[in-house]
Amino acid sequence: MRKINSFIVVLALLMVAVMTFSVMAQEELTIQGSSTVLPIAQKAAEVYMEQNSDVNISVRGGGSGNGIAALIDGAVDIADASRFIKQSEVEAAIENGNYPVPHRVAMDGIAVIVNPANSVEGLSLEDIKMIYSGQATNWSEFGGADMEIVVVSRDSSSGTFEVFNDITLGDERLTQGALLQASNGAVAGVVSDTEGAIGYVGLGYLSDSVKAVEVNGVLPSNATVASGEFPIARPLFMFTDGWPEGLTGRFINFVLSAEGQGLVKDQGFVPLH
Amino acid sequence: MLNWTTKEKIIKNILMLFAFSSILFLTGIIIVLFREGAPIFTKVGISEFLFSSDWYPTYDPPGYGIFNLLSASIVVTIGAMVIAVPFGVASAVHISYILPKKYKNIVKPTIEMLAGVPSVIYGLFGMKILSPFLRGVFGLPTGLTALTAMIMLGIMSLPTIVSLSEDAITAVPKSFRDASLALGANRLETMIRVILPTASSGIVTAIILGMGRAIGETMTVLMVAGGASLFPSNILKPVRPMTATIAAEMGEAPVGSEHYQALFGIAIILFLITLVFNIFADIAQQRFKEKVSGE
Repeated sequence: MRKINSFIVVLALLMVAVMTFSVMAQEELTIQGSSTVLPIAQKAAEVYMEQNSDVNISVRGGGSGNGIAALIDGAVDIADASRFIKQSEVEAAIENGNYPVPHRVAMDGIAVIVNPANSVEGLSLEDIKMIYSGQATNWSEFGGADMEIVVVSRDSSSGTFEVFNDITLGDERLTQGALLQASNGAVAGVVSDTEGAIGYVGLGYLSDSVKAVEVNGVLPSNATVASGEFPIARPLFMFTDGWPEGLTGRFINFVLSAEGQGLVKDQGFVPLH
Repeated sequence: MLNWTTKEKIIKNILMLFAFSSILFLTGIIIVLFREGAPIFTKVGISEFLFSSDWYPTYDPPGYGIFNLLSASIVVTIGAMVIAVPFGVASAVHISYILPKKYKNIVKPTIEMLAGVPSVIYGLFGMKILSPFLRGVFGLPTGLTALTAMIMLGIMSLPTIVSLSEDAITAVPKSFRDASLALGANRLETMIRVILPTASSGIVTAIILGMGRAIGETMTVLMVAGGASLFPSNILKPVRPMTATIAAEMGEAPVGSEHYQALFGIAIILFLITLVFNIFADIAQQRFKEKVSGE
């Protein structure tokens, strides 16, 4: 008994020593920004830290604007953004002596889905705008059966809604008759249960229980999103201060590597290559 | 060692601390609710917040009107009561007066067990079984409607209503019934003219507490009500009660933003409504106690 006890004590002391040593030797990297990019940054950080035990990466959300503001202040090394930097932000950064550099890390594509029983195969962006603003309410207007359109949308605070809204609706407001669902999975669930439904989900959520329609004649796929042919898509960025060096550069390279892009794909986004 | 008087004092104080802790938690909740939510009332204005029907919290310019959400909560709750009250009171009468005692001891706990079913399970049932059924019966484009939510909430508030109404009916003194029967009234007349009027304020307490359960329920309405912020003019259309709005949007509203404050504002309104319900339930309960004690 006594022997085991002393063995454990020695082991514990050894571990504490190793841990203090490694903490002392750790390199720090802080990332903040878009909640859309958050899953990518988080997963990449986890995997990178597993491979490099001397690195400590902390990742926070808070929105693209907050992330870029923190980068301008020099508070973070990398700012995640689901949009490009604004002119006013660039000016503020240069005033502070910073030069934000964009790195495209992934593409985010959103497929428009209908029930598999629906005969409509394709819609234009204009059709989608008519449907989601409530101006068109019957599938017969788009060559389908005489059936009321059940509009399904994500709740308006989600990143998916934000992209979809920007690209399809523009200045129009979403119809109040839209069924708001709290997740991509819930949207797909309602569409697969409801014959007249239309919804939209990230490409990672497509399955046999729903049918993706062509938008402006293009079917959503990783290839068409990456090439920019599919219209409801946007690039996701990580911004750094100046051309990244040291740990920041190694991390960005990791995200852009084949392994990093594999993680992007696992998180339901479209990899760049 | 401490002597026994000091020990007793310490134990007393610790128990008091525990006893007051729930009051402490309640105070904390109220403070947080108002600190986070009150700013929206000064920014938007209370009447605009309550009576505008534009709920567009993430648009520019944003709309923070909860009228449709508030109406949806009220309509769904009333509907749930229309369904639950006849069933609930009839069950209570049956259990307390008609059912033999040995069955009562099985039936009442069984009904009360309904209260222990997690709300997400009611939600699943409503989503996968009730909503396709209603869609078929009424030929609707979608089965996720106000009616679906009403039926589910009605079922969910049944145990509260049955259990408390049954307690109220059983609490009516036996002498009342004996007197009525001795005067030549039959059992039905005794029930309708004597027992139910005496127990009425107790039954009202049960109904109000059932309403409190229905209006505060979140998971089930999030799953079955559909989530469209329409005015509930037709119960066969989807609606979006207040609780569902908070649950769906709070996760992604930036902390401290107007949207965040507006969601806390909804929480304040919801809190005040349930507070009023509880006060009325208390008053009714008090009346009932006076009545059966023969004042």
